[in-house]
Amino acid sequence: MHYHWDLGMVLADTDLWWRGIGVTLLYSVATVAGGIVIGVFCGLTLLSQKRWLTLPLEAYVEIFRCTPLLIQIVWFYYALPILLNFSLPAWLAAGLGLTLYMGAFCTEIFRAGVMSIGRGQWQAGRALGMTYARLMRRIVLPQAVRRMVPPLVNQSITQLKNTALLYVVAVPDLMYTSSIVTAETYRPLEVYTIAAAIYFMMLYPLTLFAKRLETRVDR
Amino acid sequence: MTGDEDGHQPMLEVTDLVKNYGPVPAVRGVSLGVARGEVVVLIGPSGCGKSTLLRCVHLLEEPTSGTIRVGAQQISFGGSGKALTGRKLAAYRSRIGMVFQHFELFPHMTALQNVMEGPVTAKRMDRRAGADLARGLLAKVGLAGKEQSYPAQLSGGQAQRVAIARALAMSPEVMLFDEVTSALDPELVGEVLAVMRQLAEDGTTMIVVTHEIPFARDIADHVLFMDAGVVAEHGPAAEVLVRPANPRTRAFLSRFHHAGALRSVG
Repeated sequence: MHYHWDLGMVLADTDLWWRGIGVTLLYSVATVAGGIVIGVFCGLTLLSQKRWLTLPLEAYVEIFRCTPLLIQIVWFYYALPILLNFSLPAWLAAGLGLTLYMGAFCTEIFRAGVMSIGRGQWQAGRALGMTYARLMRRIVLPQAVRRMVPPLVNQSITQLKNTALLYVVAVPDLMYTSSIVTAETYRPLEVYTIAAAIYFMMLYPLTLFAKRLETRVDR
Repeated sequence: MTGDEDGHQPMLEVTDLVKNYGPVPAVRGVSLGVARGEVVVLIGPSGCGKSTLLRCVHLLEEPTSGTIRVGAQQISFGGSGKALTGRKLAAYRSRIGMVFQHFELFPHMTALQNVMEGPVTAKRMDRRAGADLARGLLAKVGLAGKEQSYPAQLSGGQAQRVAIARALAMSPEVMLFDEVTSALDPELVGEVLAVMRQLAEDGTTMIVVTHEIPFARDIADHVLFMDAGVVAEHGPAAEVLVRPANPRTRAFLSRFHHAGALRSVG
Protein backbone atom coordinates (compact mmCIF):
# COMPACT_ATOMS: atom_id res chain seq x y z
CA MET A 1 0.00 0.00 0.00
CA HIS A 2 1.41 3.29 -1.04
CA TYR A 3 -0.24 6.49 0.09
CA HIS A 4 0.87 9.85 -1.20
CA TRP A 5 0.79 12.34 1.68
CA ASP A 6 -0.24 15.85 0.71
CA LEU A 7 0.07 18.07 3.75
CA GLY A 8 0.31 21.25 1.69
CA MET A 9 -3.17 20.90 0.26
CA VAL A 10 -4.68 20.26 3.66
CA LEU A 11 -2.85 23.17 5.29
CA ALA A 12 -3.51 25.60 2.45
CA ASP A 13 -6.19 27.55 4.30
CA THR A 14 -3.99 28.65 7.19
CA ASP A 15 -6.50 31.22 8.46
CA LEU A 16 -9.03 28.46 9.02
CA TRP A 17 -6.52 26.42 11.04
CA TRP A 18 -5.42 29.40 13.09
CA ARG A 19 -9.03 30.22 13.86
CA GLY A 20 -9.58 26.63 14.98
CA ILE A 21 -6.55 26.76 17.27
CA GLY A 22 -7.69 30.13 18.59
CA VAL A 23 -11.18 28.90 19.40
CA THR A 24 -9.82 25.80 21.16
CA LEU A 25 -7.40 27.89 23.24
CA LEU A 26 -10.01 30.53 24.02
CA TYR A 27 -12.53 27.94 25.22
CA SER A 28 -9.83 26.15 27.22
CA VAL A 29 -8.63 29.26 29.01
CA ALA A 30 -12.09 30.73 29.57
CA THR A 31 -13.72 27.52 30.84
CA VAL A 32 -10.74 26.65 33.04
CA ALA A 33 -10.83 30.16 34.52
CA GLY A 34 -14.60 29.98 35.00
CA GLY A 35 -14.26 26.51 36.50
CA ILE A 36 -11.64 27.71 39.00
CA VAL A 37 -13.89 30.59 40.08
CA ILE A 38 -16.75 28.14 40.60
CA GLY A 39 -14.38 25.75 42.37
CA VAL A 40 -13.12 28.35 44.84
CA PHE A 41 -16.62 29.57 45.58
CA CYS A 42 -18.25 26.14 45.90
CA GLY A 43 -15.22 24.61 47.61
CA LEU A 44 -15.18 27.28 50.31
CA THR A 45 -18.93 26.99 50.78
CA LEU A 46 -18.71 23.20 51.06
CA LEU A 47 -16.24 23.64 53.93
CA SER A 48 -18.96 25.28 55.98
CA GLN A 49 -21.03 22.71 57.76
CA LYS A 50 -24.45 24.12 56.91
CA ARG A 51 -26.46 21.37 55.25
CA TRP A 52 -28.82 23.68 53.38
CA LEU A 53 -25.77 25.22 51.70
CA THR A 54 -23.71 22.10 51.11
CA LEU A 55 -26.47 19.77 49.91
CA PRO A 56 -27.27 21.60 46.64
CA LEU A 57 -23.59 22.09 45.89
CA GLU A 58 -22.83 18.43 46.49
CA ALA A 59 -25.67 17.55 44.14
CA TYR A 60 -24.23 19.89 41.49
CA VAL A 61 -20.76 18.39 41.79
CA GLU A 62 -21.95 14.80 41.61
CA ILE A 63 -24.34 15.40 38.71
CA PHE A 64 -21.66 17.02 36.59
CA ARG A 65 -18.95 14.55 37.59
CA CYS A 66 -21.08 11.48 36.98
CA THR A 67 -22.60 12.33 33.60
CA PRO A 68 -20.75 12.53 30.28
CA LEU A 69 -19.70 16.00 29.23
CA LEU A 70 -21.02 15.23 25.75
CA ILE A 71 -24.51 14.76 27.18
CA GLN A 72 -24.23 17.99 29.17
CA ILE A 73 -23.33 20.03 26.09
CA VAL A 74 -26.04 18.40 23.97
CA TRP A 75 -28.54 18.82 26.80
CA PHE A 76 -27.86 22.56 27.19
CA TYR A 77 -28.11 23.03 23.43
CA TYR A 78 -31.01 20.78 22.41
CA ALA A 79 -32.93 19.90 25.59
CA LEU A 80 -32.87 23.00 27.79
CA PRO A 81 -34.60 25.19 25.14
CA ILE A 82 -37.65 22.93 25.35
CA LEU A 83 -37.90 23.67 29.09
CA LEU A 84 -37.12 27.37 28.78
CA ASN A 85 -38.90 28.04 25.55
CA PHE A 86 -35.80 29.95 24.59
CA SER A 87 -32.68 28.56 22.98
CA LEU A 88 -29.10 29.26 23.89
CA PRO A 89 -26.67 29.98 21.08
CA ALA A 90 -24.32 27.07 20.44
CA TRP A 91 -21.23 28.89 21.70
CA LEU A 92 -22.95 29.63 25.01
CA ALA A 93 -24.52 26.20 25.50
CA ALA A 94 -21.18 24.51 24.91
CA GLY A 95 -19.31 27.02 27.05
CA LEU A 96 -21.79 26.55 29.87
CA GLY A 97 -21.41 22.78 29.77
CA LEU A 98 -17.62 22.94 29.70
CA THR A 99 -17.45 25.53 32.50
CA LEU A 100 -19.85 23.75 34.84
CA TYR A 101 -18.08 20.46 34.19
CA MET A 102 -14.68 21.99 35.00
CA GLY A 103 -16.25 23.76 38.00
CA ALA A 104 -17.42 20.46 39.48
CA PHE A 105 -13.91 19.02 39.34
CA CYS A 106 -12.33 22.24 40.62
CA THR A 107 -14.71 22.22 43.57
CA GLU A 108 -13.47 18.79 44.55
CA ILE A 109 -9.83 19.77 44.00
CA PHE A 110 -10.24 22.89 46.11
CA ARG A 111 -12.13 21.14 48.90
CA ALA A 112 -9.69 18.23 49.00
CA GLY A 113 -6.74 20.62 49.03
CA VAL A 114 -8.04 22.50 52.06
CA MET A 115 -9.08 19.28 53.81
CA SER A 116 -5.58 17.86 53.31
CA ILE A 117 -4.18 20.43 55.73
CA GLY A 118 -4.14 18.62 59.05
CA ARG A 119 -6.21 19.49 62.12
CA GLY A 120 -3.02 20.36 63.95
CA GLN A 121 -2.31 23.31 61.68
CA TRP A 122 -5.80 24.69 62.28
CA GLN A 123 -5.36 24.30 66.01
CA ALA A 124 -1.94 25.92 65.96
CA GLY A 125 -3.45 28.91 64.16
CA ARG A 126 -6.39 29.09 66.52
CA ALA A 127 -4.02 28.84 69.46
CA LEU A 128 -2.39 32.06 68.23
CA GLY A 129 -5.72 33.82 68.39
CA MET A 130 -6.38 33.88 64.64
CA THR A 131 -9.89 34.27 63.31
CA TYR A 132 -11.18 31.84 60.66
CA ALA A 133 -10.51 34.25 57.80
CA ARG A 134 -6.93 35.00 58.90
CA LEU A 135 -6.21 31.34 59.52
CA MET A 136 -7.47 30.49 56.05
CA ARG A 137 -5.46 33.25 54.39
CA ARG A 138 -2.21 32.96 56.32
CA ILE A 139 -1.91 29.29 57.24
CA VAL A 140 -4.26 26.98 55.35
CA LEU A 141 -4.49 28.39 51.81
CA PRO A 142 -0.75 28.98 51.27
CA GLN A 143 -0.16 25.30 52.01
CA ALA A 144 -3.31 24.01 50.29
CA VAL A 145 -2.78 25.93 47.04
CA ARG A 146 0.58 24.22 46.53
CA ARG A 147 -1.16 20.88 46.76
CA MET A 148 -3.97 21.97 44.43
CA VAL A 149 -1.75 23.06 41.55
CA PRO A 150 -0.76 19.62 40.20
CA PRO A 151 -4.35 18.26 40.07
CA LEU A 152 -5.52 21.58 38.60
CA VAL A 153 -2.94 21.37 35.81
CA ASN A 154 -3.97 17.78 35.09
CA GLN A 155 -7.64 18.73 34.99
CA SER A 156 -6.82 21.64 32.67
CA ILE A 157 -5.05 19.28 30.29
CA THR A 158 -8.15 17.10 30.21
CA GLN A 159 -10.27 20.19 29.73
CA LEU A 160 -8.35 21.30 26.65
CA LYS A 161 -8.94 17.91 25.08
CA ASN A 162 -12.59 18.04 26.10
CA THR A 163 -13.09 21.20 24.06
CA ALA A 164 -13.04 18.90 21.03
CA LEU A 165 -16.66 18.18 21.97
CA LEU A 166 -17.51 21.65 20.67
CA TYR A 167 -17.66 19.74 17.41
CA VAL A 168 -21.15 18.41 18.17
CA VAL A 169 -22.70 21.88 18.30
CA ALA A 170 -20.64 23.18 15.34
CA VAL A 171 -18.50 25.68 17.21
CA PRO A 172 -15.44 26.04 14.93
CA ASP A 173 -12.71 24.77 17.23
CA LEU A 174 -9.75 22.71 16.08
CA MET A 175 -11.82 19.53 15.85
CA TYR A 176 -14.72 21.08 13.94
CA THR A 177 -12.26 22.86 11.66
CA SER A 178 -10.71 19.49 10.88
CA SER A 179 -14.07 18.16 9.78
CA ILE A 180 -14.58 21.19 7.50
CA VAL A 181 -11.16 20.75 5.92
CA THR A 182 -11.82 17.04 5.48
CA ALA A 183 -15.08 17.76 3.71
CA GLU A 184 -13.29 20.16 1.37
CA THR A 185 -10.20 18.07 0.63
CA TYR A 186 -11.28 14.44 1.16
CA ARG A 187 -7.98 13.97 3.01
CA PRO A 188 -8.95 12.67 6.51
CA LEU A 189 -5.58 10.98 7.08
CA GLU A 190 -3.63 14.22 6.77
CA VAL A 191 -6.26 16.36 8.46
CA TYR A 192 -6.79 14.30 11.59
CA THR A 193 -3.09 13.50 11.91
CA ILE A 194 -2.34 17.21 11.80
CA ALA A 195 -5.13 17.98 14.29
CA ALA A 196 -3.81 15.33 16.68
CA ALA A 197 -0.29 16.73 16.32
CA ILE A 198 -1.49 20.24 17.13
CA TYR A 199 -3.30 19.05 20.27
CA PHE A 200 -0.16 17.16 21.24
CA MET A 201 2.08 20.18 20.75
CA MET A 202 -0.20 22.30 22.92
CA LEU A 203 -0.47 19.76 25.71
CA TYR A 204 2.90 18.05 25.92
CA PRO A 205 4.65 21.13 27.38
CA LEU A 206 1.83 21.36 29.93
CA THR A 207 2.35 17.77 31.06
CA LEU A 208 6.07 18.44 31.47
CA PHE A 209 5.17 21.49 33.53
CA ALA A 210 2.80 19.38 35.66
CA LYS A 211 5.52 16.81 36.27
CA ARG A 212 7.95 19.49 37.39
CA LEU A 213 5.36 20.90 39.77
CA GLU A 214 4.74 17.49 41.27
CA THR A 215 8.38 16.88 42.03
CA ARG A 216 8.59 20.33 43.55
CA VAL A 217 5.61 19.69 45.82
CA ASP A 218 7.16 16.42 46.97
CA ARG A 219 10.21 18.21 48.27
CA MET B 1 -4.43 25.46 94.09
CA THR B 2 -2.18 27.73 96.06
CA GLY B 3 -3.99 30.87 95.07
CA ASP B 4 -6.44 30.77 97.93
CA GLU B 5 -3.83 29.85 100.50
CA ASP B 6 -1.82 33.04 100.19
CA GLY B 7 -4.92 35.18 99.91
CA HIS B 8 -4.74 35.98 96.18
CA GLN B 9 -7.22 34.86 93.61
CA PRO B 10 -5.75 32.32 91.22
CA MET B 11 -5.23 33.85 87.78
CA LEU B 12 -6.74 30.83 86.10
CA GLU B 13 -9.56 28.90 87.67
CA VAL B 14 -11.44 25.93 86.31
CA THR B 15 -14.60 24.87 88.10
CA ASP B 16 -16.51 21.60 87.65
CA LEU B 17 -15.38 21.22 84.07
CA VAL B 18 -17.07 18.42 82.14
CA LYS B 19 -16.31 17.32 78.60
CA ASN B 20 -18.28 14.59 76.90
CA TYR B 21 -17.75 13.30 73.38
CA GLY B 22 -21.29 12.31 72.57
CA PRO B 23 -22.19 9.87 75.32
CA VAL B 24 -18.53 9.26 76.23
CA PRO B 25 -17.24 11.28 79.18
CA ALA B 26 -13.62 12.43 78.87
CA VAL B 27 -13.44 14.91 81.74
CA ARG B 28 -15.93 14.41 84.56
CA GLY B 29 -16.00 17.46 86.75
CA VAL B 30 -12.51 18.83 87.29
CA SER B 31 -11.65 21.95 89.28
CA LEU B 32 -8.26 23.55 89.50
CA GLY B 33 -6.68 26.91 90.10
CA VAL B 34 -3.34 28.25 88.98
CA ALA B 35 -1.77 31.24 90.70
CA ARG B 36 0.42 33.73 88.87
CA GLY B 37 3.88 32.27 88.35
CA GLU B 38 2.80 28.82 89.43
CA VAL B 39 3.62 25.60 87.60
CA VAL B 40 0.92 22.95 87.71
CA VAL B 41 1.74 19.53 86.30
CA LEU B 42 -0.95 17.10 85.17
CA ILE B 43 -0.01 13.45 85.16
CA GLY B 44 -2.01 10.31 84.63
CA PRO B 45 -2.42 7.29 82.36
CA SER B 46 -3.18 7.90 78.69
CA GLY B 47 -6.86 8.46 78.11
CA CYS B 48 -7.35 9.88 81.59
CA GLY B 49 -8.53 13.22 80.19
CA LYS B 50 -5.51 15.38 80.96
CA SER B 51 -4.94 16.47 77.36
CA THR B 52 -8.66 17.03 76.89
CA LEU B 53 -8.68 19.21 79.99
CA LEU B 54 -5.82 21.27 78.58
CA ARG B 55 -7.55 21.65 75.23
CA CYS B 56 -10.74 22.69 77.01
CA VAL B 57 -8.85 25.39 78.89
CA HIS B 58 -7.68 26.71 75.52
CA LEU B 59 -11.19 26.27 74.07
CA LEU B 60 -9.81 24.16 71.26
CA GLU B 61 -12.58 21.94 72.55
CA GLU B 62 -15.80 23.43 73.83
CA PRO B 63 -16.41 22.12 77.36
CA THR B 64 -19.78 20.46 77.93
CA SER B 65 -20.33 22.31 81.19
CA GLY B 66 -18.47 24.13 83.95
CA THR B 67 -16.74 27.49 84.12
CA ILE B 68 -13.31 28.82 83.29
CA ARG B 69 -12.02 32.11 84.59
CA VAL B 70 -8.87 33.77 83.29
CA GLY B 71 -8.04 37.01 85.05
CA ALA B 72 -11.29 38.95 85.13
CA GLN B 73 -12.94 37.05 82.29
CA GLN B 74 -15.31 34.33 83.42
CA ILE B 75 -16.86 31.96 80.88
CA SER B 76 -19.65 29.51 81.65
CA PHE B 77 -20.35 26.51 79.47
CA GLY B 78 -23.39 24.34 79.00
CA GLY B 79 -25.83 26.98 77.82
CA SER B 80 -27.36 26.91 74.38
CA GLY B 81 -24.78 27.45 71.66
CA LYS B 82 -21.11 28.13 72.07
CA ALA B 83 -19.91 30.28 74.96
CA LEU B 84 -17.54 32.29 72.75
CA THR B 85 -17.35 32.64 68.98
CA GLY B 86 -15.49 34.59 66.33
CA ARG B 87 -13.36 37.47 67.48
CA LYS B 88 -14.15 36.99 71.16
CA LEU B 89 -13.01 33.40 70.98
CA ALA B 90 -9.84 34.41 69.09
CA ALA B 91 -9.15 37.13 71.66
CA TYR B 92 -9.56 34.64 74.51
CA ARG B 93 -7.17 32.17 72.89
CA SER B 94 -4.56 34.83 72.28
CA ARG B 95 -4.23 35.23 76.07
CA ILE B 96 -3.23 31.60 76.48
CA GLY B 97 -0.21 29.95 74.90
CA MET B 98 -0.30 26.36 73.74
CA VAL B 99 2.51 24.03 72.77
CA PHE B 100 1.50 20.81 71.03
CA GLN B 101 2.91 17.31 71.08
CA HIS B 102 3.63 17.42 67.34
CA PHE B 103 4.95 21.03 67.26
CA GLU B 104 2.57 22.08 64.45
CA LEU B 105 4.95 24.68 63.11
CA PHE B 106 3.77 26.32 59.89
CA PRO B 107 5.87 24.51 57.25
CA HIS B 108 5.69 27.30 54.67
CA MET B 109 7.27 29.83 57.04
CA THR B 110 10.78 30.18 58.44
CA ALA B 111 11.42 29.85 62.17
CA LEU B 112 11.40 33.64 62.45
CA GLN B 113 8.13 33.97 60.50
CA ASN B 114 6.55 31.25 62.64
CA VAL B 115 7.35 33.14 65.81
CA MET B 116 6.28 36.55 64.53
CA GLU B 117 3.07 35.27 62.91
CA GLY B 118 0.94 35.53 66.04
CA PRO B 119 1.90 39.06 67.09
CA VAL B 120 1.85 40.43 63.53
CA THR B 121 -1.32 38.72 62.24
CA ALA B 122 -3.49 38.40 65.32
CA LYS B 123 -2.23 41.36 67.35
CA ARG B 124 -1.48 43.72 64.46
CA MET B 125 2.03 44.36 65.69
CA ASP B 126 4.36 46.26 63.35
CA ARG B 127 6.36 43.77 61.24
CA ARG B 128 9.73 45.12 62.34
CA ALA B 129 8.78 45.04 66.00
CA GLY B 130 7.45 41.52 65.47
CA ALA B 131 10.71 40.39 63.90
CA ASP B 132 12.74 41.91 66.74
CA LEU B 133 10.52 40.20 69.29
CA ALA B 134 10.83 36.89 67.43
CA ARG B 135 14.63 37.15 67.20
CA GLY B 136 14.82 37.75 70.94
CA LEU B 137 12.59 34.78 71.71
CA LEU B 138 14.51 32.46 69.39
CA ALA B 139 17.70 33.48 71.19
CA LYS B 140 15.99 32.80 74.51
CA VAL B 141 15.19 29.21 73.50
CA GLY B 142 18.77 28.75 72.25
CA LEU B 143 18.09 29.05 68.53
CA ALA B 144 19.90 32.24 67.58
CA GLY B 145 21.15 31.68 64.03
CA LYS B 146 18.23 29.46 63.04
CA GLU B 147 15.91 32.35 62.13
CA GLN B 148 15.88 31.58 58.41
CA SER B 149 15.54 27.79 58.75
CA TYR B 150 12.31 26.14 57.67
CA PRO B 151 10.69 23.64 60.03
CA ALA B 152 11.70 20.73 57.76
CA GLN B 153 15.35 21.71 58.30
CA LEU B 154 15.10 21.59 62.10
CA SER B 155 15.45 18.64 64.45
CA GLY B 156 12.45 17.73 66.57
CA GLY B 157 13.94 19.39 69.62
CA GLN B 158 14.67 22.58 67.70
CA ALA B 159 11.20 22.58 66.16
CA GLN B 160 9.59 22.22 69.56
CA ARG B 161 11.67 25.10 70.92
CA VAL B 162 10.52 27.26 67.99
CA ALA B 163 6.95 26.26 68.88
CA ILE B 164 7.54 27.39 72.46
CA ALA B 165 8.93 30.71 71.22
CA ARG B 166 5.91 31.07 68.92
CA ALA B 167 3.55 30.66 71.86
CA LEU B 168 5.59 33.03 74.04
CA ALA B 169 5.46 35.70 71.33
CA MET B 170 1.82 36.35 72.19
CA SER B 171 2.88 37.24 75.77
CA PRO B 172 0.29 34.80 77.10
CA GLU B 173 -0.92 34.94 80.67
CA VAL B 174 -0.73 31.15 80.94
CA MET B 175 1.31 28.64 78.95
CA LEU B 176 -0.09 25.17 78.30
CA PHE B 177 2.22 22.30 77.38
CA ASP B 178 0.56 19.18 75.97
CA GLU B 179 3.03 16.27 76.19
CA VAL B 180 5.56 18.36 74.33
CA THR B 181 8.39 15.84 74.59
CA SER B 182 6.41 12.68 73.76
CA ALA B 183 7.12 12.84 70.04
CA LEU B 184 10.85 13.53 70.45
CA ASP B 185 13.80 11.20 70.20
CA PRO B 186 15.09 10.58 73.75
CA GLU B 187 18.33 12.51 73.19
CA LEU B 188 16.34 15.63 72.19
CA VAL B 189 14.06 15.69 75.22
CA GLY B 190 16.59 17.41 77.47
CA GLU B 191 16.95 20.58 75.41
CA VAL B 192 13.18 21.16 75.44
CA LEU B 193 12.85 20.47 79.16
CA ALA B 194 15.73 22.87 79.82
CA VAL B 195 13.81 25.66 78.07
CA MET B 196 10.68 24.88 80.08
CA ARG B 197 12.68 24.81 83.29
CA GLN B 198 14.04 28.25 82.47
CA LEU B 199 10.52 29.54 81.84
CA ALA B 200 9.37 28.16 85.18
CA GLU B 201 12.28 29.89 86.94
CA ASP B 202 11.41 33.13 85.15
CA GLY B 203 7.99 32.99 86.77
CA THR B 204 5.90 31.88 83.78
CA THR B 205 2.49 30.55 84.73
CA MET B 206 2.31 27.06 83.27
CA ILE B 207 0.12 24.00 83.08
CA VAL B 208 2.15 21.04 81.92
CA VAL B 209 0.89 17.65 80.82
CA THR B 210 3.84 15.29 80.84
CA HIS B 211 5.05 11.78 81.38
CA GLU B 212 8.50 13.01 82.49
CA ILE B 213 8.08 12.36 86.19
CA PRO B 214 11.55 13.47 87.39
CA PHE B 215 11.09 16.68 85.42
CA ALA B 216 7.66 17.17 86.97
CA ARG B 217 9.17 16.77 90.42
CA ASP B 218 11.72 19.46 89.62
CA ILE B 219 9.49 22.16 88.24
CA ALA B 220 5.99 21.55 89.62
CA ASP B 221 4.56 23.61 92.42
CA HIS B 222 1.49 21.47 92.28
CA VAL B 223 0.77 18.09 90.76
CA LEU B 224 -2.62 16.75 89.78
CA PHE B 225 -2.96 13.06 89.17
CA MET B 226 -5.89 12.40 86.86
CA ASP B 227 -7.55 9.07 86.34
CA ALA B 228 -10.71 8.26 84.38
CA GLY B 229 -11.61 11.91 83.88
CA VAL B 230 -11.31 13.09 87.48
CA VAL B 231 -8.55 14.43 89.69
CA ALA B 232 -7.71 11.42 91.85
CA GLU B 233 -5.04 13.17 93.89
CA HIS B 234 -3.45 16.58 94.05
CA GLY B 235 -0.98 18.45 96.16
CA PRO B 236 2.61 19.70 96.23
CA ALA B 237 4.96 17.78 93.95
CA ALA B 238 6.93 16.43 96.91
CA GLU B 239 3.80 14.79 98.28
CA VAL B 240 2.01 13.49 95.19
CA LEU B 241 5.11 12.27 93.40
CA VAL B 242 7.14 11.08 96.37
CA ARG B 243 4.58 9.93 98.94
CA PRO B 244 1.33 9.42 97.01
CA ALA B 245 -1.66 8.64 99.20
CA ASN B 246 -3.92 7.26 96.51
CA PRO B 247 -3.18 3.64 95.52
CA ARG B 248 -3.93 4.47 91.88
CA THR B 249 -1.28 7.21 91.93
CA ARG B 250 1.15 4.76 93.49
CA ALA B 251 0.42 2.14 90.84
CA PHE B 252 0.84 4.72 88.09
CA LEU B 253 4.11 6.09 89.44
CA SER B 254 5.63 2.68 90.08
CA ARG B 255 5.68 2.17 86.31
CA PHE B 256 7.93 5.21 85.98
CA HIS B 257 10.32 4.62 88.84
CA HIS B 258 12.60 2.37 86.88
CA ALA B 259 12.76 4.59 83.79
CA GLY B 260 12.86 7.72 85.89
CA ALA B 261 15.82 6.47 87.93
CA LEU B 262 17.71 5.67 84.77
CA ARG B 263 17.10 9.12 83.34
CA SER B 264 18.12 11.05 86.41
CA VAL B 265 21.38 9.10 86.53
CA GLY B 266 22.02 9.76 82.83
